[in-house]
Amino acid sequence: MTEKLVIIGNGMAPGRMLEHLLEKAPGRYAVTIFNAEPRVNYDRIMLSPVLSGEKDYEEIIIHGDGWYIKHGITLYKGHKIVAIDRTAKTVTSDHGVTEPYDKLVIATGSVPFIIPVPGHNLPGVLTYRDLDDVRAMMLAAQSRAKAVVIGGGLLGLEAAAGLNAQGMDVTVLHVMPTLMERQLDPAAGYLLQRAVEERGIKVITKANTQAITGNGKVEQVELADGTIIPATLVVMAVGIRPNAALAKDAGIAVNRGIVVDAGMRSNDPDIYALGECAEVNGMVYGLVAPLYEMARVTASQLAGDETAAFVHSDTPTKLKVTGIELFSLGDFADGDDRQEIVLRDASAGVYKRLVLKDDRIIGTVLYGETADGAWFNDLKKKQTDISEMRDTLIFGQSYQGGAPLDPMAAVAALPDDAEICGCNGVCKSKITGAITAKGLTSLDDVRAHTKASASCGSCTGLVEKLMVLTLGDTYNPAAVQPMCSCTTLGHDEVRRLIKAKGLKTIPAVMQELEWKTSCGCAKCRPALNYYLVCDWPNEYADDYQSRFINERVHANIQKDGTYSVVPRMWGGVTNSSELRAIADVVDKFEIPMVKVTGGQRIDMLGIRKEDLPAVWADLGQAGFVSGHAYAKGLRTVKTCVGSDWCRFGTQDSTGFGVRIEKFMWGSWTPAKVKMAVSGCPRNCAEATCKDVGVICVESGYEIHFAGAAGLDIKGTEVLGLVKTEDEALEHIVALTQMYREQARYLERIYKWAKRIGIAEVKRQIMDDTSKRKAYYDRFVFSQKFAQVDPWSERVSGKDKHEFRPMASVGFAEAAE
Amino acid sequence: MFPKSGNRFGVESMRKKGIHMNWTAIGSLSDIPRRGARCVATPRGKIAVFRTADDKVFAIDDHCPHKGGPLSQGIVHGAAVTCPLHNWVISLETGKALGADEGAVRTIPVKVEGERLFIALEALASRAA
Repeated sequence: MTEKLVIIGNGMAPGRMLEHLLEKAPGRYAVTIFNAEPRVNYDRIMLSPVLSGEKDYEEIIIHGDGWYIKHGITLYKGHKIVAIDRTAKTVTSDHGVTEPYDKLVIATGSVPFIIPVPGHNLPGVLTYRDLDDVRAMMLAAQSRAKAVVIGGGLLGLEAAAGLNAQGMDVTVLHVMPTLMERQLDPAAGYLLQRAVEERGIKVITKANTQAITGNGKVEQVELADGTIIPATLVVMAVGIRPNAALAKDAGIAVNRGIVVDAGMRSNDPDIYALGECAEVNGMVYGLVAPLYEMARVTASQLAGDETAAFVHSDTPTKLKVTGIELFSLGDFADGDDRQEIVLRDASAGVYKRLVLKDDRIIGTVLYGETADGAWFNDLKKKQTDISEMRDTLIFGQSYQGGAPLDPMAAVAALPDDAEICGCNGVCKSKITGAITAKGLTSLDDVRAHTKASASCGSCTGLVEKLMVLTLGDTYNPAAVQPMCSCTTLGHDEVRRLIKAKGLKTIPAVMQELEWKTSCGCAKCRPALNYYLVCDWPNEYADDYQSRFINERVHANIQKDGTYSVVPRMWGGVTNSSELRAIADVVDKFEIPMVKVTGGQRIDMLGIRKEDLPAVWADLGQAGFVSGHAYAKGLRTVKTCVGSDWCRFGTQDSTGFGVRIEKFMWGSWTPAKVKMAVSGCPRNCAEATCKDVGVICVESGYEIHFAGAAGLDIKGTEVLGLVKTEDEALEHIVALTQMYREQARYLERIYKWAKRIGIAEVKRQIMDDTSKRKAYYDRFVFSQKFAQVDPWSERVSGKDKHEFRPMASVGFAEAAE
Repeated sequence: MFPKSGNRFGVESMRKKGIHMNWTAIGSLSDIPRRGARCVATPRGKIAVFRTADDKVFAIDDHCPHKGGPLSQGIVHGAAVTCPLHNWVISLETGKALGADEGAVRTIPVKVEGERLFIALEALASRAA
């Protein structure tokens, strides 16, 4: 008979335990999970990159809803267990659900420690523990005001860096003399403080918080020495304690955490505890590697292997702040029986210290250069006698055995059992073995099969090197295509870093991302200019000289150096006075060619550049604005005559097309965007091969996207059906904004959607209302700065130098 | 004497070659946007005068060796310009196409005297002859 397994808590440890259990004893248990958080299992280690804007929540989900369904697991989201009845063997949630168990796993994690100073419960005081905290911080950060982070440990510094990246003015208060004193010696702590301060974060050490004060909400933090720091947000990140109250109430033995034996079993033989709430051999843990080890042991025990036992091991600590390299492992306190080897390179900002005892490494602190961390960890773990290489040990593995090795050779030289991924305890041979046995070719495959690099990601470089070693040239770690030869970074990475580092000018991007050329090239400059326009609509000043000529002069250059001009005809609708004005302009400027375009408007070709402002002035008199026929931006919204005229029309497709165009004109996009609205499924506006199309039906508006009818030909995908025109507009605008924020420059919607997945676009736009609204709002905000008619600007004199020669010379001489 | 001249054909080297130079003023440095270009009309077609990010000034025929594209309309990066028609990259210093493409456009001597810009008009006349 299937036994009932109930799990309280849905963090990373029980999630991992379930993975093991499903592998070892599939079908043995009917599993029910109660999660106090209203969501699935996500990677808490990656909350810092979410806070800094480097990742989205979606990117850190470990098990999506589908995973629970696939494995027949019942997940109660937002259910907090309030009682365990050990006699009846049931648990009861705060929503009144009672569930019987044969085996119970308690994985309630930890609760953040709150310093009980006056004012600690004021609105605006947050902890840093879960996604809700991160979201609250990101919300608070929108004010760009001042934040105080109490605690200069790992979490506190990551929170500070994240808030700083979000544009807040951050002060870190740390009670000890140096930062991260539990992981770093004072020298490394000093270097860290300097690096943190260089990012514009203030650090006050030996800071004793006395009170948090304010009128109804946080306004300032007061220190014992009388210092007052204004703040609208206070984040307490001073530590965690195991969350064992529920177990204690049920009469289970609790010390600091829930007391378990090496098999993770509590004093009730049917109840296990794992994760941060568990205390094993007198120790409680907070880093992921030992928690995953607990998961492995618990799963083995539940699968019937009673010999499985948890063994303590030191775990290296790394700080997940972009640009700060820091590694700390083991014991590095001074002592009479210990020796140390120290290397300092001030100009390079490097500090390395090895602590030795009896010719063995017992502790390591690396700052600024951490590539040898894995090797030192391996030496320590194996208790290797290092007396032979003591003189060169600190220079790392590459110096051992004579000639320096290149990084690839260093990885090749690692023994098979060397640990590559500390979070998941994955050794080298497991990775190389999986690559060979399962024919893995991508980093994502390796992550899926081995878990290596799947948690904090700091070993990604090592894993990629192993892939190169195993696969040879068939694996290209730079499968990420660089933007251009000015950089090694791909478009996605550059877009991410522009946001994460708050880069707001082209020179700042080039400086911070180490561009190889002084001022870029014709490929990267327009791309960077677009990214900055898109990401900082109210702050970035468009760099005219980084735009392609067509976007600079707002007309299309032709093969003979003349230009073509296309005024907007909203939804393809015109009238006699507009047509008359066009006819007059054609005559006046002797325009040699007039042509109707595929987007339902009129193109005038062969206009001399010098004549452009005068042509625009005349067109402007008649009410015309630029049609942006040259732009990586919104081009046309093609329409049919719809319900006004057509006997088949179901909605006012013309009116809606005009409305979309009037709402969205002027927006810059990664590549051109062409739209269409058809009044019925006969689809006379050909909406099903457009970037975005609408097919009106009796019941509403069917929104299509990701079509193509150019280099490639492709029918659209259906985004979904909505009832009203307002909803249709909101969805279309949100979709466009999502594309604007995510796509690579010059990538059309169909290519972008294929890359990220049609389902993902649907999920974010159709299913996630708050996300859709946020995209919509950001588009509307950016339109405030984008909807300026470029023609009338230039008629009034903007960029006038562009349209006339600098000088006319030499005619006299030539005439002689 | 002409500290800002960015052209390889500096005044001194021209003198050594014994070419008589006739400098004609065409405007001032600030007439040209940084990383941009302006045109000078001459009887033999347009000359594109470029100003780089570091204020070096170059002049070349406004006529791409590939299909005659107006180089003055291209994006300026380093001491090169990318033609707006088919993305040939032309060195402003030598007039030669960079990368895999082959071809060259004529360079015209420029000097910068204070703010004032001059091009060597004799060179034009001799070309016209």
